[in-house]
Amino acid sequence: MRSERILTCITATTAALVLLGMSALAQAQSSSGAPAKPAPKAAPAKAAPVKAEATRSSNATVREIEKYREALADGNPADLWEARGEDLWKQKRGPKMASLEQCDLGLGPGKVKGAYAQLPRYFEDTDKVEDLESRLVTCMVMLQGFTYDQAKRAPFGSPDNKPAMEALVAYVTANSRGVKMNVGMKHPKEKEAYEIGKRLFFHRGGPHDFSCATCHAQDDIRIRLQDLPNLTKKEPAQRAYTAWPAYRVSQGELRSFQWRLFDCFRQQRFPELEFTSQGSVALTMFLAHNANGGTYNAPSIKR
Amino acid sequence: MSDPMRIRAQLSGSTVDVRVLMAHEMETGQRRDASGKTVPAWFIQNVTATYNGKTVLSAQWGPAVSKNPFLSFRFSGGKVGDKVVVTWVDNKGGKRTDEAAITAAA
Repeated sequence: MRSERILTCITATTAALVLLGMSALAQAQSSSGAPAKPAPKAAPAKAAPVKAEATRSSNATVREIEKYREALADGNPADLWEARGEDLWKQKRGPKMASLEQCDLGLGPGKVKGAYAQLPRYFEDTDKVEDLESRLVTCMVMLQGFTYDQAKRAPFGSPDNKPAMEALVAYVTANSRGVKMNVGMKHPKEKEAYEIGKRLFFHRGGPHDFSCATCHAQDDIRIRLQDLPNLTKKEPAQRAYTAWPAYRVSQGELRSFQWRLFDCFRQQRFPELEFTSQGSVALTMFLAHNANGGTYNAPSIKR
Repeated sequence: MSDPMRIRAQLSGSTVDVRVLMAHEMETGQRRDASGKTVPAWFIQNVTATYNGKTVLSAQWGPAVSKNPFLSFRFSGGKVGDKVVVTWVDNKGGKRTDEAAITAAA
């Protein structure tokens, strides 16, 4: 055990030295074309092992967490939500006894494939920017004849509540798996939503004086096993957004993106984020647009 | 009635790899609800899998198995196109049977 640790320390030191040596060499060559001098190699090497060791152990932790996630991924119970969602999509429901098969998610009535990768977007019929959940509410009202209250009621699942919403979300999002995120910002209302979302993201408030950016604007930080992705950077923003919705093992439920925002607001001790409210859609617009170019890969599974 | 199971059965070499996802609350009987009352235990007790009428797996489960359980097992001697039938019975007498045809490994 002990010798192993010493060994890793030595390896790290060597690696750091090699890296430093190489970069010093590269720098010297690129700047003047003169041969590398040996002197600058020795000086920074003293401080390096500590940093290298720290990065190394955190990388090892991250790798172990990755392994755990891979082990969970086979047999993701989100499949059960997808299957139920597909049935609900085709089932005749509501006062008008209609299915959602004519629902226009932005690519034309009934087109589900790839639709989620382009949401939120502006819809002419409602004259609003809508995300998936608010669009589903619109379809449930317009096609099936539910009232807005009925369509939005208790949208998050629990042992006694199995809402249609989360199942429908699972079905629609699963149909964008493998599709590149491509959220447009052509319409003035889409631009407006993006700007509002951006301001919400950086807005500090509540009893803790928190903003979304408090947790999500730094690199490589975690709460226990959960990564806190830096949503102000392209790559982590893509990775984070394209992994929602997700089946949460600890809750035994599939959670939509609206739930993710709802719970972030709760954790910040903000006032309750109303389901499909303009603010929630704007924030989704900001985050979805920042994820453009990323390959969508959800519903996923998280601890 | 509970939601259907998702069953995948794949033949690779001479063994069939079966993966089953079941929708079930799997209440342990240890939890209390918001008003402090114990939530009664409710979990799958027996699982059987048959192939051509022959039992290839029989299991007794308890409350320690997770919610929405995932079960994976292998048996030998299956043929592509034949059906694997899985049945579970819970402690309240609830029951669900689903089947899937064996497919060739991709």
